[in-house]
Amino acid sequence: MDNELSSLTIIFTEFYYWVTVVFMFLIHVGFCVYEVGVSRRKNHLHTLMKNTMIVPLVTVTFYFFGWWIYFAFPNGPGVIGGLIAAPWAVPWSELMGAHLGGAPASDAVSAADTIYWARINGVFWAAFLLFSWTAASIVSGACIERIRSGAFWILAVLIGSALWIIDAAWGWHPDGWMVQKLGYHDAYASGVIHAIAGGFALGVLTVLGPRIGKFRADGSARIIPPANPWFVTIGLFLIFTGFWGFYAACNVPIIDIQSGDGVFFSATNIYLGPTSLSAITFNFLMSLAGGMMMGYVVSRGDPFWTYSSGLAGIIAASAGNDLYHPIQAMLIGAAGVMFMYKMHYWVERRFKIDDAVGAVAVHGYAGFFGVVVAGFMLWGYPASPNPDYAVITPWGQLAGAVIMFGVLGFLPGFLAAKILAASNMLRIPRAIELAGLDFKHEQQDEQHSSEVLAAEATEGQGVNS
Amino acid sequence: MSTASFENFAGTIADIGPLYPFVGSEMILVIVAVIFWLWWHVQQLRAEQREYDEEMDGGDGQQQSAQSVHRDPSSK
Repeated sequence: MDNELSSLTIIFTEFYYWVTVVFMFLIHVGFCVYEVGVSRRKNHLHTLMKNTMIVPLVTVTFYFFGWWIYFAFPNGPGVIGGLIAAPWAVPWSELMGAHLGGAPASDAVSAADTIYWARINGVFWAAFLLFSWTAASIVSGACIERIRSGAFWILAVLIGSALWIIDAAWGWHPDGWMVQKLGYHDAYASGVIHAIAGGFALGVLTVLGPRIGKFRADGSARIIPPANPWFVTIGLFLIFTGFWGFYAACNVPIIDIQSGDGVFFSATNIYLGPTSLSAITFNFLMSLAGGMMMGYVVSRGDPFWTYSSGLAGIIAASAGNDLYHPIQAMLIGAAGVMFMYKMHYWVERRFKIDDAVGAVAVHGYAGFFGVVVAGFMLWGYPASPNPDYAVITPWGQLAGAVIMFGVLGFLPGFLAAKILAASNMLRIPRAIELAGLDFKHEQQDEQHSSEVLAAEATEGQGVNS
Repeated sequence: MSTASFENFAGTIADIGPLYPFVGSEMILVIVAVIFWLWWHVQQLRAEQREYDEEMDGGDGQQQSAQSVHRDPSSK
């Protein structure tokens, strides 16, 4: 911070991430509104609180260990090397608090660490934290109206502060082993956030089972209509809005990317490969458009699926949206929506999976599709600026999609849900499910209202006399 | 007496590191915070189970138990 140019660069970068965090907050607002809209009135309050409490629980645990995992796990550990020291990211580090970047107070961090991380650590941590909320929130919607809140919050910490950030260390960190060895490329997190969260949700749903009444005796599915379609659409619009911040947060806003002699400042993707806000804005909107258009057609104008397909379109193109042509992004978004829509109903019929909000489809299947398609579309492209790392290939991306959706998503979700179910901690009692999770609150409200009405009647008589 | 790790802002600001008070207590703060987090989960799980038990048997001054009411699950 000793000259104007470096100071402006640092403070601009700090402010840039801070703004993305504020935008991304809208994703969580949207998820809450959306879930409440989908849930029946008898479950509204519990549904709202189940999602809302992701915010504090994932925040503190991401502070405790999530942020450290991102920097410590790029080698696996145990795949291509061991743990990597990240003294600025452990929760007891002086750099995990207000710091001016001067002399370190302890020997745990170096002077170089303090200069580099003092003003970036908090906002960069927060940007990743908001991704963490999103990962947990995706799972939340899938299992509404029958999961115990306490069980869900344990699962939320698992996916939000551990599993997704492990896959980020592997496939999103510029030196992650998947980037190095598989040429894995997933610029805006088709797999890194969406496929893993969708896979995790599917693992949980497999154990949790459907809501009472979801399936007929012949195995066909009933439609449980959303209690408030306006909340559903407003919620999804808010998620669209927050998604802008999500895309911006996946970039580094300004950095010198010239290797060798000279200087070239540019925005980059998460791998430090060059891109621009203009490029990703083209592709964000075109993939949104392609997704919505296909969603409208395949669902015959169903609002729920048309809005959700906008998200799925973006997610399907996100792995390569730093490099695609906008029309490619649109077509990939449309194809991804066709794929996820068909998959949703096939899995529902075949395996009796009750995915209440289509989260596995919109995030899991579309994300998986997006990672795999990027392998064909970007075949031979450098996955990162490091010329020693593997290039993008269909098989590298397919392996990556399987790791994201299956190995780090479905499998841990299934196992964790099994353990919770074995402890009788996963699903609410049947009578509560039938009466509604807000049964007690409703009774208390009725009692309170009756008491106030009685008081008004008594006191009103006094006034009249 | 001062809880700060610097005396004032009048000197060379570039020398100042942490701004928060009680520098050196970070590990204790982390231990306290982790205990608070784990305590929260234990308390929440117990409270949720207790709430279900009460709803099932109609305790806690409720008018009805959840088991005694029959509602069409798609009606509301």
